Amino acid sequence: MAPQDWMEAEKQGAVSHAFSPYTDNGGTSLAIAGEDFCLVAADTRQSEGYSINSRYAPKAYKFSNGAVLATSGMHADGHTLAKRLEQRLEWYEHNHGKKMSVGAMAQMLSTILYQKRFFPYYTFNILGGLDEHGKGAIYTYDPVGSHEREGWRAAGSGGSLVQPFLDNQIGHKHQQSPQVPITLEKALKVAKDAFSGAAERDIYTGDMAELFIITKDGVHVEQYPLKRD
Amino acid sequence: MVEDLNCFRNQYDSDITTWSPQGRIHQIEYAMEAVKQGSAVVGLKSKTHSVLLVVKRSADELASYQQKLLRIDDHLGIAFAGLTSDARVLSNFMRTEAMNSRMLYGRPLPTYRIVNAVANKAQTNTQRYGGRPYGVGLLVAGYDDAGAHLYECSPSGNFFDYVAIAIGARSQSAKTYLEKHFESFDESSLDDLVVHGLHALADTLQQDKELNLNNCSVGIVGAGTKFATIDGDELQRYLNLQAQSARTQGAPTATEEGDAPAPMDTE
Repeated sequence: MAPQDWMEAEKQGAVSHAFSPYTDNGGTSLAIAGEDFCLVAADTRQSEGYSINSRYAPKAYKFSNGAVLATSGMHADGHTLAKRLEQRLEWYEHNHGKKMSVGAMAQMLSTILYQKRFFPYYTFNILGGLDEHGKGAIYTYDPVGSHEREGWRAAGSGGSLVQPFLDNQIGHKHQQSPQVPITLEKALKVAKDAFSGAAERDIYTGDMAELFIITKDGVHVEQYPLKRD
Repeated sequence: MVEDLNCFRNQYDSDITTWSPQGRIHQIEYAMEAVKQGSAVVGLKSKTHSVLLVVKRSADELASYQQKLLRIDDHLGIAFAGLTSDARVLSNFMRTEAMNSRMLYGRPLPTYRIVNAVANKAQTNTQRYGGRPYGVGLLVAGYDDAGAHLYECSPSGNFFDYVAIAIGARSQSAKTYLEKHFESFDESSLDDLVVHGLHALADTLQQDKELNLNNCSVGIVGAGTKFATIDGDELQRYLNLQAQSARTQGAPTATEEGDAPAPMDTE
């Protein structure tokens, strides 16, 4: 049947009942890399269509090597991907006697995603941590593993609302003001305002944001309540 | 009487699937010999901790000392005696099982289960033609909801639950020490437990040898303590404690023997 036939069939009341292995659970995530810190954050609302499944279903995951992965898209795929990643980190530690660096983990995540090129993990990932020089590092991915190191990124249903805000406030794009490296305090303010703004206009973003602050002293988690409408 | 028939051992010992007329499978016993050839490994536990201590050998003056402790998970570790390569393969199996347990059931693998799994795996090799038994004995130390654990896994596919045990070369000397002192282990502090273990380990060394930073290792797991190996310089503290304890071991202490009179007391 050609697409024209489907449209004709739908007009006459026929409905297609295909099973889809994917679903979109909505939500927004972001990450900001600083001189000596990395901030990774994601809201905790899980939705499906116009329903809310949960107000607290975290989609950012902390790993044993101090890295944090923020996922968006399908929650089940994000959660399982995080479990598999943690296992790979454990094997690495068994075999090499040390924790995996964030850069190595970033490359590995890319290969893990591409291995499912023909049945992808439906996740839009952002991986954050400290690089081997102690500087903040974030890596952003598409569902099949295309990745790049960046200074800041927003992803998910509210990604397109938050990204231009970060470009302006973190990257000082379209501004002629002097460039100062972002401090943790400023990054936190920008991130919280970004989530509040996204929660205003994106129905899939809200309830709470979980912010992971990664420094040489470890990973600290902060919870920031958002509008519940 | 069985010894009389040793002249016939060679007829029934070629492969694993042949019983001897005395009801023994010699290949299994030969595999257990391989364990006895490995350097000594000691295990002991208290209510809160399970400790493994090993003697490390080096092939050559220029070579490194063979590692004998392997971490399986945060709550599980093993020490082995025998074929190192077999130990590596079994440890990979145990690590996979431990991770699968966390993935499937969301909880750390109970010690009893992994020991059971290893024993089942070892038994398979004793009932299959064309293969051979594993040539390694494991001491498995674990800590879970049920407390501290110590097990021995043998090439025969048997496993045993212990409060204290030693395997490998000259392990009988270690066992003799452990048999003398085991009743105090349950309530022991971690330091005392390690010192007991080092005493037992030291007894397995040959005449002119002593424990030093290079030739031994300690593995500890327990309440609030993830499995970790103590090697090299970090061992110095325990070796010092052991040396002090050995020096005072001659005189009975007040806590052990009741109130013994001090040497200069006259009343």
